[in-house]
Amino acid sequence: MIEQIVFYCFAAMLIFSAGMVVSMRNPVVSVLFLVLSFFSCAAIWLLLQAEFLAIVLILVYVGAVMVLFLFVVMMLDINMTVLREGFVKFLPVGIGVAVLMLISMGLIVGSSQFDIAAVASVAQHDPGYSNTKELGLALYTNYLYPFEIAGIILLVAIIAAISLTMRKPRTHKTPKPEKQVSVKRKDRVRLVKMKAEKE
Amino acid sequence: MTSELTFLIPEIVLFVLTCIILLVDTIGSSEDKSFIYWLSQSTLIVTVVLLVFLCPDSTTHAMSMNFVSDPMGAILKIFICAYTSVVFFYSYDYLKEHELIRGEYFVLGLFAVLGMMVMVSAYSLLTIYLGLELLSLSLYAMVAMNRDSQSATEAAMKYFVLGALASGMLLYGISMLYGVSGAIDLASLSAYISQQTGNNILLIFGLVFVVVGIAFKLGAVPFHMWVPDVYQGAPTSVTLFIGSAPKIAAFGMAIRLLVDGMEGLVDSWQGMLIILAVLSMAAGNIIAISQTNIKRMLAYSTIAHIGFLLLGIISGSQSGYAGSMFYVLTYALMSMGAFGMVILLGRKGYEADTLDDFKGLAVRSPWFAFIMLILMFSMAGVPPLVGFWGKWFVIKEIIAMGHISLAAIAVLFSVIGAYYYLRIVKLMYFDKADQMTAIKAGQGMRFVLSINGLALLALGFMPGMLMALCLGAFA
Amino acid sequence: MIEIVYELIRNGLLQPLVSMLVPAAIEVQALYMLEILVKILAILIPVLFVVAYITYVERKVIGFIQGRIGPNRVGVFGLSVWGLGQPIADALKVIFKEIIIPSGSNKFLFIIAPVLSFAPSLAAWAVIPFSDTLVLADINAGLLYILALTSLAVYGVIIAGWASNSKYAFLGAMRSAAQIVSYEIAMGFALAGVLIAAGSLNLGDIVMAQDGSIIHWFWLPLFPLYVVYFISGVAETNRAPFDVAEGESEIVAGFHVEYSGMAFSIFFMAEYANMIMIAVLTSLLFCGGWLSPFQGIPVLGEPSIIWLLMKISFFLFLFLWFRATFPRYRYDQIMRLGWKVFIPITMVWVVVVAVLVVAQVGPWFN
Repeated sequence: MIEQIVFYCFAAMLIFSAGMVVSMRNPVVSVLFLVLSFFSCAAIWLLLQAEFLAIVLILVYVGAVMVLFLFVVMMLDINMTVLREGFVKFLPVGIGVAVLMLISMGLIVGSSQFDIAAVASVAQHDPGYSNTKELGLALYTNYLYPFEIAGIILLVAIIAAISLTMRKPRTHKTPKPEKQVSVKRKDRVRLVKMKAEKE
Repeated sequence: MTSELTFLIPEIVLFVLTCIILLVDTIGSSEDKSFIYWLSQSTLIVTVVLLVFLCPDSTTHAMSMNFVSDPMGAILKIFICAYTSVVFFYSYDYLKEHELIRGEYFVLGLFAVLGMMVMVSAYSLLTIYLGLELLSLSLYAMVAMNRDSQSATEAAMKYFVLGALASGMLLYGISMLYGVSGAIDLASLSAYISQQTGNNILLIFGLVFVVVGIAFKLGAVPFHMWVPDVYQGAPTSVTLFIGSAPKIAAFGMAIRLLVDGMEGLVDSWQGMLIILAVLSMAAGNIIAISQTNIKRMLAYSTIAHIGFLLLGIISGSQSGYAGSMFYVLTYALMSMGAFGMVILLGRKGYEADTLDDFKGLAVRSPWFAFIMLILMFSMAGVPPLVGFWGKWFVIKEIIAMGHISLAAIAVLFSVIGAYYYLRIVKLMYFDKADQMTAIKAGQGMRFVLSINGLALLALGFMPGMLMALCLGAFA
Repeated sequence: MIEIVYELIRNGLLQPLVSMLVPAAIEVQALYMLEILVKILAILIPVLFVVAYITYVERKVIGFIQGRIGPNRVGVFGLSVWGLGQPIADALKVIFKEIIIPSGSNKFLFIIAPVLSFAPSLAAWAVIPFSDTLVLADINAGLLYILALTSLAVYGVIIAGWASNSKYAFLGAMRSAAQIVSYEIAMGFALAGVLIAAGSLNLGDIVMAQDGSIIHWFWLPLFPLYVVYFISGVAETNRAPFDVAEGESEIVAGFHVEYSGMAFSIFFMAEYANMIMIAVLTSLLFCGGWLSPFQGIPVLGEPSIIWLLMKISFFLFLFLWFRATFPRYRYDQIMRLGWKVFIPITMVWVVVVAVLVVAQVGPWFN
């Protein structure tokens, strides 16, 4: 009972924040709503007793990915009024297409099409059950091959990013202390004898 | 587990050697990349040797049904590695001439090869997708490699955005299939499909997205928009790569998904593929006529050839698949030769990528004009060159399956297509050259390119051996 | 001792209160909720008290290091007891100051930013064990929970910097974001080492895995991780010498330059709460938490919360000591240290730890 209430609260929050992500005028606020939707999503996962995934979602997406996202969005000076030009003009067509899509999607991928009863409800586990351990076991046995390939993909992503952004190393103008120390007075200062001048 | 790993030895060796090359390239920061180049070539050769040695004669599943070892996969992988080796050979001179030579080109190329190998021997929806991503990611980076070129950056951007869209489509389709069947490996998926009696609309829904994803990756109309821009914008060495081995891998992916996974839905995907094939042949051949840039023209010709390639899959028979396989293997060889020719004619700071660059080639270099003649005739499907046999096999299968009108359309468009191939021949033999500069390419390049062209001739005279190999893969 | 006090409160105060106020049907649930509330207060009030007084300690300690006296005027009830009344006077001052909202700023985000930076540092206390029985929420993934929450602290800083509509604030936010994200990776790897060594994500289990005297604690086999973790912790909290986000000498006060009054002081409190958090975690993960360094010796070897408090105090002192000693890092030096020194060290040592665990090297892993 309480679980259902919690679920509907977070589900509503998720849908609301996801809607705000696309409808907010300010991109920074959009990103923050995206963060909120990640939180709601994590909460729903917690209800499914997937605590590892829930926390990792927050750790990776909210803690790292979205920070970089925010970083970029703040730096860009996005002019939303230009982006939104013609918004009203195309609105009727957009709504029409969206409604059509929604209806056809509802007919084809609605919940009635899936055999919900066949999907087992979430298994209840005793408190000592470790989600993390089970996940680790699955990843390193049955899914070892895809897991390793995913690792290689990340490696390629790193190589690609570095090779596309790194230019040849600049020549740094760093001070060299040993040269500074070994400087003699006569190298730098020249004493010139002059006669006193009168004005 | 240990014995399962023996099937994976070529992949593992390729990966380890590539990582070593990456480290060598990073640590020894010398400007001369010839060492890296030779290491990459030897890596490919080692992989080919391993693949030939470990070539299986039966189908085995490994790694918890994520990997399949079968003759088709092995043959495709051998060709992928061998073609990539030729691609590297052509690229090396080009990259040096245009001062684009960097270790990453070869490293990313090898990772792309790894991705292709994963793709063609994947036996679960998950691994197919991951292999595809590994390939695509490497290709995006390779297209963007020439950072100072506006057109290369634009091409990379288009490729990346549309490629990501295609991956999204494929993934959506995969998630639908998984949602319906609860199966992530192809064996359980096809078992589930064969149990279905009625018309399962959700399965079809997932299938549509999967077909769209495949069409995007193959570059079939109407999902072809990226092909011309990427072919034209990317450095020719990268275009050469994209136009050859990845097509083989995309064919492998299509076979795995449509035949191994969803043969039960053959009636559904046949119709979709027919539309794709007809549109591709029509749009590719007709639009190619108006092109003045040879890279762009070859891009449209690729689209047309993809249409032919799909015909074999449409026939839905073992020999049809074999015909398609024959087509893709020979097409990749022709495409490599044609882009190799573009590289050959170019020189420092100059890309020979307009049709005018071929004017009077017969006077400048009779031998290479002849090689280009073979390439163009083969692409047009003039007998007795191998291109003719490719078209012959797939059209024969289509007729055998009763699609007479489809066969007629295919023949009609290949006649239209012959026009722009023959135009190049005309430019070479009957027009006066704008420039009389001699061809500067090195001996090795000349030699390999000649072999490449003559191979088409040789295969044209005896297509039986390659065809037997392809038929064996699907027996 | 604490357990006895808690029983007294529960039976003598909460039980009668609940039975008086709520209907019998939901009495059990109500008591449960009330108990949790009391536990939260029992953690938060001391934490906030320490936050207040660590500012005083900081000024005193740095004063002594620099040969000054530090605050010594504000006393209690007219008695000048070494200036002990100073934090209270400070608190009163900031509460009565006006919060100025700059023109052109995003008001909602401007107000919410301090809250966002303070809340995660308080929420993290939920899973901190103070002894083998004293813990508010004994969850399996405690370590991950801590890591997730500490990674959220950066939002307060970024949003504050952006919402202020000020160049200095924005620069500070950018610096801080890049720095925190970079050091989080090293921190995560260090925690992965602890996880491998202890074989559990539960903080209580991690402490119990270090059972034994001082040489049994993880600081010895995980020494590089221990050092990296603590230094990354200093960087995560934007403390000197990694305080480029504030950088008084170049960008005035960084991300909170536009803040005044209580809003400013919440940032201040968040920084100190995070500091205490890092000190607590270092004590728990690497220094045996509530375990005694002299285990085996009677009386002195008994595990007790006092040991934990002593360890926390030591690490907090290190924070202050660092600030008094080191000059501020240059920005590129910070990045170099994080990416090119710490991350490789932790990556290598994670592998070493795995080998040690598999080989069951004593006295830690047998």
